[in-house]
Amino acid sequence: MTDETKPPTPPSGGDAAPPEEKPAAETAKPPAEAAKPATEAAKPAAAPAKPAAPAAPPKPKGPTANDASSDPVVQRLTAALPGVVLAAKELVGQVTVEAPPEKVPEVLRYLKDKEAFTYLVDLTAIDWKARVPRFDVVYWLHSFEKNNGRIRVRAGVADGAECPSVSGVFLTANWMEREVWDLFGIPFSGHPDLRRILTWDGFAGHPLRKDFPVEGVDTGAAIYPDQYPEGGGPSVKDPLKKVVS
Amino acid sequence: MSEERAGTAASVPDSGEPMLGLREMELNFGPQHPSTHGVLRLVLKVDGERIVSARPDIGYLHRGTEKLFETETYPMVIPHTDRLDYVAAATNNHAYCLAVEKLLGLEVPKKAQYIRVLLDELQRISSHLLWLATAAIDLGAITPFFYTFREREVILDLFEDYCGARLTLNCMRIGGLLEELPPGWIERVRAFTEVFDKNIDEYEDLLTENRIWKQRTIGIGILTAEQCIEWGVTGPPLRGAGFKWDIRRAIPYECYPELDFEIPTYPNADTYDRYLVRVAELRQSRRIVLQCCDWLLKNPEGEIRGKTPRVIKPVAGDVYASVEAPKGELGFYLVSNGSNKPYRLRVRPPSFINLQALPEMAKGHLVADLVAIIGTIDIVLGEVDR
Repeated sequence: MTDETKPPTPPSGGDAAPPEEKPAAETAKPPAEAAKPATEAAKPAAAPAKPAAPAAPPKPKGPTANDASSDPVVQRLTAALPGVVLAAKELVGQVTVEAPPEKVPEVLRYLKDKEAFTYLVDLTAIDWKARVPRFDVVYWLHSFEKNNGRIRVRAGVADGAECPSVSGVFLTANWMEREVWDLFGIPFSGHPDLRRILTWDGFAGHPLRKDFPVEGVDTGAAIYPDQYPEGGGPSVKDPLKKVVS
Repeated sequence: MSEERAGTAASVPDSGEPMLGLREMELNFGPQHPSTHGVLRLVLKVDGERIVSARPDIGYLHRGTEKLFETETYPMVIPHTDRLDYVAAATNNHAYCLAVEKLLGLEVPKKAQYIRVLLDELQRISSHLLWLATAAIDLGAITPFFYTFREREVILDLFEDYCGARLTLNCMRIGGLLEELPPGWIERVRAFTEVFDKNIDEYEDLLTENRIWKQRTIGIGILTAEQCIEWGVTGPPLRGAGFKWDIRRAIPYECYPELDFEIPTYPNADTYDRYLVRVAELRQSRRIVLQCCDWLLKNPEGEIRGKTPRVIKPVAGDVYASVEAPKGELGFYLVSNGSNKPYRLRVRPPSFINLQALPEMAKGHLVADLVAIIGTIDIVLGEVDR
């Protein structure tokens, strides 16, 4: 995985890195149609704004993303499961494969059984707010046998759409998916026990969504209702001040 | 090893029959139980004294750290990482800085790498000492606590002299370190480390051949290497199952390839072997600290911070970086959109993921052994709940 394209630690060419556009994996559509490369809808404005750091003459520009469709694992994956690889790219030696969410269990099963990626390191999600499949669910796999190689699988999931659970492929995905459900509100179909895990049952909202306020919301569980404003936010009355005055 | 182990397992052979012929009972364990190391709650189904199933209930310490990350600029995130695994702040700082540096394409000077590794390994020693103290206390052995905290105090004093804090160190910066080491500091680390081997012998005198300790730990909480990998369990539990895997060697970072140390493994996958792994890791960390001290004494000149831009704006993209924390693989998954704040920063907490295997380990054991099993995973709830 790592040796396919050069790890760009030394200051590479002077070009500004393009923003990380997400090929939109149209969840509802069949994979053939979803395979068309997406509009760079994510953040087109970010491209010229990037080298904004104050002029330091020899400063490293940072790594650039490269196409990784020639990576041997990606090629074998494409050959074995046609249509699942919507895009593949590499950044700092880490390969990311975009796949449609409904194919993810199949992809992970293939990578686990055929490519020896037996360890699911991490599973998480990203909220892209305005982008069309709003979320990305990200899987990060590790292979002990193949020289400690790692590969990332990413699937765009629309708001409210279900993502198939991979807890049948990796037992460890159980809690990770519960956490993603809790904090992002992405339901995983086929999960054996999809309950909230970090917040409590009955909590309103999903805190890691970008539209969830950082101050929190009124959960109805305030111990001092006169002190905390309705709808959340910081305390209106400082209890310490009362003691002083 | 096998004949020595015969008959020491404290677990009663499982006949498969209900023990008392009574129906199963539900038992609340925690969140205010001293042996849960914080606020872990377990809902146990017990049949007499035997655990039928254990259901962890976590989140009592959830502070929304990952949400907070998104509101802070890159340097401001570092103090928040201290509060994840609050007994191993240096490795938390380190993993986060590695992630940002990768996305910046930033080179860390050699000297800073050695100091980082030195801090990491001191932190690993202090974390393992805390684990040893509390795990032994949970099983009724109070004396190791006084011994290990004697040495842990020295390490915390060293941290305090370097960065002013004892637990929440905030000692690393993107591209390097907080500041130069104070004069005479390395000599003090060396003086401590040279005698530390004898201290480890003292802990081992108290526990390794202790009959009660062995009866309480051998054969308890077995999690084989295959199960570990399936559950994503890393760190000492994986190595205690005979699987030789350590990020410091598998996916090397900083100057670890230049250092001479071994990865200890033990084959039996039980609580006792995980104890042996951690004690062996104390010795290996000591070796690394000594090598770092020697290198730093030989090379006193050098930068402690790379060419970090004044405004940190990594390129848009995502990167994952991980270190071998005392508890296992600690990773940071950073998603940047090119601004000066992380768009999304996910922590891959080893405690959270290792804790998930607890029901598997506890099944069929006695309630008293559950205390040993919770201790052996080495969880820190600040990291579990974030």
